[in-house]
Amino acid sequence: MTVSVEQWRGVAAETTDEVSAKLSALLRARTRRLLGDLVAPHKGKLVVYVMAIVVSVAASMAIPALVGIGIDRGIPGVRRGDYLPIALTTGLIVGCALLQALLYRTFVLGTGRVGQDLLLELRQRIFRQFQRLSLAFHERYTSGRMISRLTSDMDAISTMLDAGLDTLVTAVLSIITVGTVLLVLDLPLGLVALASFVPLFVLSRWYQRNSTIAYRATREAIALVIVHFTESLRGIRAVHAFRREPRNNEIFGELNEGYRKTMLRSFQLLTLFWPGIRFIGNTTTAVVLLVGGLRVINGDMKVGVLASFVLYLRRFFEPIADVSQFYDSFQGAAAAVEKLAGVLDEQPSVPMPAQSLHLPSGGWHGSVRFRDVDFGYREDVPVLGGFSVDVPAGQTVALLGKTGAGKSTIARLLARFYDPLAGDVSIDGIALRDLAEVDLRKAVAMVTQESFLFTGTVADNVAFGRPDATRAEIEDAAAAVGLDRVVQRIPGGFDAEVGKNGARLSAGQRQLIALARVILADPAVVVLDEASSSLDVPTERLVQRALRTVLAGRTALIIAHRLSTVGIADRVLVLEEGVIVEDGTPEELLVAENGEYARLHQAWKDSLV
Amino acid sequence: MSLWRLRSYLRPYTWHIWVMFGAAFFMVAASTTVPLVLEAVVNGPIRRGDRGQMVPMFLAAFGLGLLEVVCIFIRRYVQSIAVLRVETDIRDTIYEHLQRLAVAFHDQWQTGQLLSRATTDLSSVRRFMGFGAIFLVVNVTQYLVVMGLLIATYPPLGIVVACMTLPVVMLARRFGGRYSSLSRRMQDQQGDLATLAEEAASGIRVSKAFGRGPLLHEGFVDTAETVRKSSLEMVALRGRFWALLELIPNLAMALVLLVGGIAVANGGMTLGALVAFTTLLVLVQWPIIDIGWILSMAQEAATAADRIYEVLDSVPAVSDPPQPVPLTHPRGRLAFENVSFTFADADTPTLHDVDLVLEPGETVAVVGATGSGKTVLTALPARLYDVTGGRVTLDGVDVRDLSLADLRGHIATAFEDPVLFSMSVRENLTLGRPEASDEEVREALELAQADFVYRLPWGLDTRIGEQGLSLSGGQRQRLALARAVLAKPTVLVLDDPLSALDVHTEALVEEALERVLRDTTAIVVVHRPSTVALADRVALLQHGRITAIGTHSELMQLPEYAHVLSMEEDDDIDIDMTGALT
Repeated sequence: MTVSVEQWRGVAAETTDEVSAKLSALLRARTRRLLGDLVAPHKGKLVVYVMAIVVSVAASMAIPALVGIGIDRGIPGVRRGDYLPIALTTGLIVGCALLQALLYRTFVLGTGRVGQDLLLELRQRIFRQFQRLSLAFHERYTSGRMISRLTSDMDAISTMLDAGLDTLVTAVLSIITVGTVLLVLDLPLGLVALASFVPLFVLSRWYQRNSTIAYRATREAIALVIVHFTESLRGIRAVHAFRREPRNNEIFGELNEGYRKTMLRSFQLLTLFWPGIRFIGNTTTAVVLLVGGLRVINGDMKVGVLASFVLYLRRFFEPIADVSQFYDSFQGAAAAVEKLAGVLDEQPSVPMPAQSLHLPSGGWHGSVRFRDVDFGYREDVPVLGGFSVDVPAGQTVALLGKTGAGKSTIARLLARFYDPLAGDVSIDGIALRDLAEVDLRKAVAMVTQESFLFTGTVADNVAFGRPDATRAEIEDAAAAVGLDRVVQRIPGGFDAEVGKNGARLSAGQRQLIALARVILADPAVVVLDEASSSLDVPTERLVQRALRTVLAGRTALIIAHRLSTVGIADRVLVLEEGVIVEDGTPEELLVAENGEYARLHQAWKDSLV
Repeated sequence: MSLWRLRSYLRPYTWHIWVMFGAAFFMVAASTTVPLVLEAVVNGPIRRGDRGQMVPMFLAAFGLGLLEVVCIFIRRYVQSIAVLRVETDIRDTIYEHLQRLAVAFHDQWQTGQLLSRATTDLSSVRRFMGFGAIFLVVNVTQYLVVMGLLIATYPPLGIVVACMTLPVVMLARRFGGRYSSLSRRMQDQQGDLATLAEEAASGIRVSKAFGRGPLLHEGFVDTAETVRKSSLEMVALRGRFWALLELIPNLAMALVLLVGGIAVANGGMTLGALVAFTTLLVLVQWPIIDIGWILSMAQEAATAADRIYEVLDSVPAVSDPPQPVPLTHPRGRLAFENVSFTFADADTPTLHDVDLVLEPGETVAVVGATGSGKTVLTALPARLYDVTGGRVTLDGVDVRDLSLADLRGHIATAFEDPVLFSMSVRENLTLGRPEASDEEVREALELAQADFVYRLPWGLDTRIGEQGLSLSGGQRQRLALARAVLAKPTVLVLDDPLSALDVHTEALVEEALERVLRDTTAIVVVHRPSTVALADRVALLQHGRITAIGTHSELMQLPEYAHVLSMEEDDDIDIDMTGALT
């Protein structure tokens, strides 16, 4: 699969390993922008820390020189009975050592703090972005990928931060100082040494090009491992019940092996790169020896100079190897940052303004309007076409119809999970797309088909509807749907931990929690999408009764297969292929000739006996 | 120590490890001797002006350099193969073990915590195995050799310098203890962070429905901040330790100059010996400084290994018996004998004194209020949980005496939450019987009224999105039902299988289901009177006990039963909920 330059934005390039040179450059530029953006606020501090490490390195380099002075001047002094020079140099060494250690520590702590701040900032940005992006994105992207971005990619960046900026700075400093020393010692020989930069540069370019591709592949491969890992653990019941373990192990084995291969590729590049750097260094040394030797023999150079030149050369190439080591972890992190930059680049398909453009004066009433709405999840498969309906404030509407008739779609449009392709959905005359999220959720909240629970207690999960609710309010909301009675039976009551995704609770109990949530959230418009399907009859009845009270004065859109729910509706809409075929009060529709509702109602009554 | 236990994964790569060590030592030896050789060349032939020696010398220097490069290459090459294989093997083992661990384990363990063990922690271990372990050995060896040389050069001063080992070791011990507890804390927090990421990802619809992104963001950032704090504490500790490791050899150098200088002046030591001494001292500086990061790496790997072994050491609560009783042609008599079940962390039993016998081919409906224990009851036959008292038998054999593969091959379950995986519709359907023919698949789909799959873009080959959430609740439920039926089990367990279906479809499914249930033993959890009609007998479950068993019409005499199923509006809602019968 290849991605053209036109469609590279966002996460489009994520599943591709091979990208064109032009696209690669665009991706790199985007990555660099993000990095620059993250580093910018810390620039001042970083300069100070770099200065600290420069002084620290200088202090540490001074020590051998001081030892030399100590030997040259101190020992004769002692022979004369003058202990001052040796004491002085010893004192200076101790001072340099202390200064070096202190500044080194400052540097490690300071850059460590900057690194962690960067990581925190990046985590925040990515998490917020995932929350901001629309459902359409998440359905495409899958949760495993999102987890992978938030964990494994952050690890890669963290590894780079741990790789030690100090080695990099120290190395660069050594290269500069030693390089200068080499040129000063002997210009022609120094130029020979510096000529090694040409092959070094070529090698580095080769490595950069290839390792970018290789590391990019590792990011994708680990994402696939994580996707399968989380999915199979989340569905462990079905895995066990249907003896899926062997096949799962097989699939995981393959993905894991795929990850190993991509990792091996990046390791092997390093296996060539690193010795390659060494090889250039060692070859240059040999050449210097040859050229230098000839110069000495020709009398152009002193032998002592050549001796120190050769020694310095080692201290020139050693740090270059360190830099290449750091470069490797940088490449690993860059691949991760590239993926993260892609996520940050995505635009939500359902963008919410930061501030609502309009708000009703005097609070929400809750009149809902669908005007000429066109919608389809895929462009070629329309679900709704020119759909219009008006729901006056305070009305409870039941939506009926077969699977695929568009009931859930209408609910999702009203909750603004999606935007219509044409037309608009409004509450109290204000288009949903003009509302900021906080105002939107005051206007409309929805209980979805799956009643997901978060880690925490039963009370925490109810409070998800309104985090600032008091305990009494939480318990009242719970009592309204009969959750309190069920909770009494759970050890720990409201403070019972619900376990992973509410594993300890039955589907019915989870639905009650979800219903209590929406009651606590107290929106003007309530949307219930099959929100009571798993309840037993008495509980459902209790919920009905509660809803009747709670929904009084509120607009409600209810999707339910149980016609019992319709009992509390003021109005019934029967949908067929995205079109309203019946619209009226339950009583009116009941007596309609050949009506679908009348037929359903009869079937339902029959099912009760 | 857990890290040491992981060595068993290295066993297949013993040969690789020897090569790695060999190459590493050779490399260190080469990098130490190359400068000496160069010096000798400069001071020897070049100083003498021996032009004829120039080319052989060049070749010798080049050859030595090449040797070093080859050693590095070999070590890295072998290492990348072995270390990545080991990492992959361990990850496979973790995953396979997780698949074996019982549902009860997974109820308690957050996916994020498990994931962080299989990814982040494992990477720490890999890094240590690849670099840390080797250089720990190489550095310690180098340190000891140089120390030996120092003592040999000038024993009094050598011994004084050797004494600096003491503070290094003491520091390392103190650092190791504190660093290890910090590292453990940070890894746990990273697991929490992964858990929050996982939940935010899975619960995205709910958080959108209530606009609670900011709330989740806050929770995530709080935990991210604790990770940051822990990391900073680690950095601070590392910074102090590393700085001291830099300081110690430098102070030793000052001491050597002072003592050695005086000794030279007093004639106790030659000047050459002092120069050699200081040169050698520089050589131990790097091993000492490197010990700093190697130890940090080792501690992180050690706590990571602890965390990995916490999972690997968990014994599956539900596992195959040592000598499984063979079960070839079960008739399908399922019996609950005095069964009780209590969750590990609960005081009160969820089920107790449950006695229920299903004769082969019989269908029993289980009726009860929300929270009465129905779902747990349905999980017991297939051993998703094991009873904590009494026993469940299939054809008179305790289900715990059967092999899991046998047992689960004969019992198929449709859960109240239909679990679908992101794979093709066909794969989802044939989960219990991969060899099912297209015709059988068609029959099962027809029975479950799930022919909508043929209208999906690629029919049976359509890949279902994550958790099947692109389908409606009713569609998912019908697929789960078709899947259970397709397995052609001896015992069918259906947990509220029709709850999300509309009345019309429900009637059609019931009609078809009736045929299947005629000769299949089945437990069906039921909320609606219509579905009760499928059952031969009904068991009323109240507060974890079966309080009545009989036919639907018999039980209708009991007010509490009638109440659980009746749609009639009444005002006496309190009688059933408080369990008047128990």
